[in-house]
Amino acid sequence: MGKKGAFRLSIGDILLYIFLIGLAVICFLPFYFMIINATHDNAAIARGMNLLPGKYAIDNYLKMKSRVNIWIGFRNSLIVSGVGTALLAYFGTLTAYGFSKYKFVGNKALFWVILCSMMVPPQLSVIGFYDVVQKLKLMNNLLALIIPMIASAQFVYFVKLYLDSALPDSIVESARIDGATEIGIFNKMVLPIASPSIATMGMFNFINSWNQLLIPQIVIRDEKLRTVPIIVANAKGVYRTDFAAAYMAIALSVVPILIAFAFFSKYIIGGVTAGSVKG
Amino acid sequence: MFKSLSKNDKYAHYGYLFILPFFIVMAIFIVYPILNTIYLSFTVWEGATIPPEWVGLKNYRRLFQDFLQGGIFPQSIKNTWILWIFNVIPQFIGALALAILLTDKHNRIKGKEGFRAIFYLPNLITMASVGALFAFLLGHPKGAVNDLLVAFNILKEPFNFLQNAWATRLSISTILTWMWFGYTMIIFMAGIKAIPEELFEAARVDGATKWQTFKSITLPQLRPIMTYQVVTSIIGGLSMYDIPQVLTNGTGAPQNSVTTMVMHIYRQGFTNYNLGYASAVAIGLFVHIFIVVFIALRFINPKEDV
Repeated sequence: MGKKGAFRLSIGDILLYIFLIGLAVICFLPFYFMIINATHDNAAIARGMNLLPGKYAIDNYLKMKSRVNIWIGFRNSLIVSGVGTALLAYFGTLTAYGFSKYKFVGNKALFWVILCSMMVPPQLSVIGFYDVVQKLKLMNNLLALIIPMIASAQFVYFVKLYLDSALPDSIVESARIDGATEIGIFNKMVLPIASPSIATMGMFNFINSWNQLLIPQIVIRDEKLRTVPIIVANAKGVYRTDFAAAYMAIALSVVPILIAFAFFSKYIIGGVTAGSVKG
Repeated sequence: MFKSLSKNDKYAHYGYLFILPFFIVMAIFIVYPILNTIYLSFTVWEGATIPPEWVGLKNYRRLFQDFLQGGIFPQSIKNTWILWIFNVIPQFIGALALAILLTDKHNRIKGKEGFRAIFYLPNLITMASVGALFAFLLGHPKGAVNDLLVAFNILKEPFNFLQNAWATRLSISTILTWMWFGYTMIIFMAGIKAIPEELFEAARVDGATKWQTFKSITLPQLRPIMTYQVVTSIIGGLSMYDIPQVLTNGTGAPQNSVTTMVMHIYRQGFTNYNLGYASAVAIGLFVHIFIVVFIALRFINPKEDV
């Protein structure tokens, strides 16, 4: 390795760099055009390629806002993904703890049921889901999107594996000897110990919920309850030839994710590998 | 793990209590909808207020007829497979090559973490946003993709991608490859890192070439993670919906050439309100996925019993 000297790059390495940087550019280019076009007026977009930002960002924003208020979408998406993830963090961890530390009849079989449920894509049972939501009178209600988030098999699977190795049985037993109640042990000890795995899988589930389109489309008909993906999916129909306003709407839906990724990319990528490697 | 707690069996019933909320939600929102979809596939149901009416195998007869006549159902199966295959082949090959490149300790590429993060980025973005964005970027005559291709002299004049069946399909496959190669690469990287270093060391001592090392060590060692990746990709790919739906405004245009199976379910169920028939299509798709995953597992792990 060190034979050629630490500072000299071989031609192969340079080509490799060019290739990797080129690929990185391709990954980012569509978002670049999106942001640039969101700052130009329709005339400039119709003329052709724009490489530098324009001056129409505020105009476009006002035009966009006059048709569809994407902030209402953000509010709805935040409520769904935020409350859903919080509920999942509590009840999902409770489930993982139950499987990890309690020897009850059917423990293994029930855990198997959870694993199997991961294999059925939810898109296939949308009609049955629609029927249930209607019977529960939850149509046009964000709860229909929030409550199902609790049943995340990946979350329970991963947090259980984590608790199996990070939470020794002896700690649970000594807390019992000290007179702690079972739910008290969970709230005061297990939750903090599990928090790294909760953060990883919580982030994963938050993003997953944020990006959902099909189920919200079916359950939510009321315009005021639409989530961001529904609003963006309709952008082409709503803005028709007003490309500038449409670009602005799409950019507003994407930029927060770009910013979040800039800060949390390590954790997010950690969540990707966590979900798969041990499976 | 249970041994030391087994003397505390009197606590076991708390286990049931703790897993109960999860299973209630799962029963209502996952298990019941699946069983319910099976039931509804034997009914005619036109929506909200009118209750479903049992009609036996009528929907399946219609599905079968549609299949024999080459209607939208077989068309949607064909479309979904085309979109998936033209995405998954370049995606897996590219991801594997990049994973090997970025885990190889012998090249002096710096900032591997950064590349990994940027390659993963497209996967994080809401699919609906990606679909909407490319509907504009692929625009005709002026859209960023056409502008670029003309500027680099790849095309002489702008091409209307979304008017041509194969151009639309390949565009969607390319978008999917772009979205997923980074994700698959990360999974493969994790798999390669889990291979014991001694194996590579032994290969080096024996004077194996890079290709030999890849063929006899990396690839066989990656088999479990490949299996996982192929199976999840089949399940995800065959239930594809968001990008073709948003990119074509739900039409699957031109001429339903990118209408996927789930788009067909959505259209039958929530545009035409043939919810019973849509359920039968969903069951058809479920059986289809089950068979394909089964065959794939046989194919990848021929020696093991699946």
